[in-house]
Amino acid sequence: MATTRLSSLLGQRRNGQGRPLHWTDVAAYVYLALGVVLMFGPVLWLVMSSFKTESALLEFPPSALPFAQVEVTVPGQPQKLPLFRVTLPDGTVRQLAQVRRIGLIAQMVDPANPSQQFRVAIDKREPVRHIALATENYGEPLQRFAFLRFLSNSVFVTLVATLITLLINSMAAYGLAVYQFPGKQVATIAVIGTLMIPMTIILVPVYLVVTELGLTNSLWAVILPGAATPTGVFLLRQYMLTLPKDLIEAARMDKASEWQIYWRIVMPLTLPALAVLAIFSIMWRWNEFLWPLAVLTKTEVYTLQIALNAFQGELQTQWHYLLAMTVVTLIPVALVFVFLQRFITTGIGSTGMK
Amino acid sequence: MAELTLTGARKSFGTINVLHGIDLAVKDGEFIVFVGPSGCGKSTLLRVIAGLENVTSGEVHIDGERVTHLPASERGLAMVFQSYALYPHMSVAKNMAFALENMGLKPAEIEARVARAAAMLRLTDYLDRKPKALSGGQRQRVAIGRAIVRDPKIFLFDEPLSNLDAELRVATRKELAALHAKLGGTMIYVTHDQVEAMTLADRIVVLNAGRIEQVGTPLELYNRPSNAFVAGFIGSPRMNFLPAVVMSDDGTLRLSVGEREVALPRAASGLVAGANVTLGIRPEHIDVAPDNGMLAATVDLVEQLGGETFIYASAPGLPQITLREDGQSQFYRGDAIAIRFAVDHLHIFDATTGAALARP
Repeated sequence: MATTRLSSLLGQRRNGQGRPLHWTDVAAYVYLALGVVLMFGPVLWLVMSSFKTESALLEFPPSALPFAQVEVTVPGQPQKLPLFRVTLPDGTVRQLAQVRRIGLIAQMVDPANPSQQFRVAIDKREPVRHIALATENYGEPLQRFAFLRFLSNSVFVTLVATLITLLINSMAAYGLAVYQFPGKQVATIAVIGTLMIPMTIILVPVYLVVTELGLTNSLWAVILPGAATPTGVFLLRQYMLTLPKDLIEAARMDKASEWQIYWRIVMPLTLPALAVLAIFSIMWRWNEFLWPLAVLTKTEVYTLQIALNAFQGELQTQWHYLLAMTVVTLIPVALVFVFLQRFITTGIGSTGMK
Repeated sequence: MAELTLTGARKSFGTINVLHGIDLAVKDGEFIVFVGPSGCGKSTLLRVIAGLENVTSGEVHIDGERVTHLPASERGLAMVFQSYALYPHMSVAKNMAFALENMGLKPAEIEARVARAAAMLRLTDYLDRKPKALSGGQRQRVAIGRAIVRDPKIFLFDEPLSNLDAELRVATRKELAALHAKLGGTMIYVTHDQVEAMTLADRIVVLNAGRIEQVGTPLELYNRPSNAFVAGFIGSPRMNFLPAVVMSDDGTLRLSVGEREVALPRAASGLVAGANVTLGIRPEHIDVAPDNGMLAATVDLVEQLGGETFIYASAPGLPQITLREDGQSQFYRGDAIAIRFAVDHLHIFDATTGAALARP
């Protein structure tokens, strides 16, 4: 199924299926392939790297796959020794374990015969490697750093904030789309105008407000300030404007209260737009960094993004944990996209109108 | 079941006046049709009655109660929209039940009412379907059902048949008439189709440019239109209007029509010699004369419908004249014919104001 689809996709030609390649076909495929690499390259790199050991990450030149050097136990040595493939001066190639390295000379031993020692120039040896997934990158932080706590904080913030956003924005949009009142245009423009104010500018005033309300170090401090988004209001308003006016008037004739019209008629019909806004809101909230960093200072209220930041210390960064946990934080958003994405394109198209 | 009274109802949108003082009394149980060309204000008038638009000035009374500023939801009226306006996300049953739920009825009562309306409109098998899974005619019936279940004081219909094809329109028209006979409610119906108006109405209100031109039963409007507009609007094909000048009116009305002089034996009706008038005569009241007739004309076009024939003929100095003949015709394009008017059915209108000067 998937392969036939893929082959039919790749079989597309300018003049129809199965025709010879036109130069525009080549251009199109090159362009699309470039897009795929640009989009998926970094993600793939991230996932691959997240399985590398700390030392493999620092290796130069970097390798694509997570390799690890083979280590062997040699009798008489307290620790495991790394294994190398060594070209000896007589031209023979042997696998030797390195005991220690002094300057440009490595002191090596044959694991099969520990009494025999060699002194080898370091450019004459090559590490023996095997593919190894460093799953401890995932396991350790999940246990040691209360990552599940951060995860549940993030989930709470994302879900509650998205629900509040959908509710508040749809109410504002309903007012701006359905009612006629003086100053309606001004109100709409004012809402959209706030799009031009960057978060960084209002960071301090909002922080002061949140502090005055005693919300610092509470998840509500992250949820509430951003609940009303101009983008959401605008998106929903534009969609609601396309709903036939007759439907709302029919509901009025049917003795529906304004709340019922909003909740039982307009909201269900705005579902496609609500889904789009939900996806946006989930992404915004999940990835939000600057604001939570400002208002959340206690570890127990950290969201994932702030927790990830904690791996990045002043002096050293624990890349292996950082990368692995970044992958973990990506998974929920990716899943949301997979399941809600169809709502973006498909709407409740038929409106019951001719 | 209710009476409706409009007194001096005016409506303007900004500087545009749409209704110029409408006075109308609708009796209980009456089927009233608002008819007029598009843009005449008939839909606005209906929306004013519904409460979807507020009057700029004037009063609306339902059953003697002043409802002028009452919102639509509190007037107790039901409306069928031109677009049907079915709630697309609700099943047929839910569509019909929505208003009843809003009225706070008990579920059992709602179910019973929906079932009764569905049976009446042959929708019982479709109750679980969504509107998009219905045909145009079925959607139309759901829209009507949504009004019926409410048991409203007045039913309002805004061009409900205009989205149906011709055949279905005739069938639904008959159903509506039967429905009115059965329910007996007060119904107000807006249409631009004079056939719907003629067939459905107890009384027709002819509107033009925001004013009522005439109110009367279909045959009153057909037989005795009070002005040229009504005369032209009611009846299909429309009435022939021929410019004429009065020569004398003393027992025999002598008129100069086109290049001919026509003498019509009829009682004097006080027309002044030299007055410019418009002669109105319906196609069915003109026929081909065996002798010289009143006017000589040339056949331009013949429309053979089998049961009847329309002949379009031109006479010198006159607009094209339409004749209706029973049965099938022997005339062809280019034939010279003599035509005559049925004098008893002649209308004479003032050439400038259009007011009827002499009616049959």
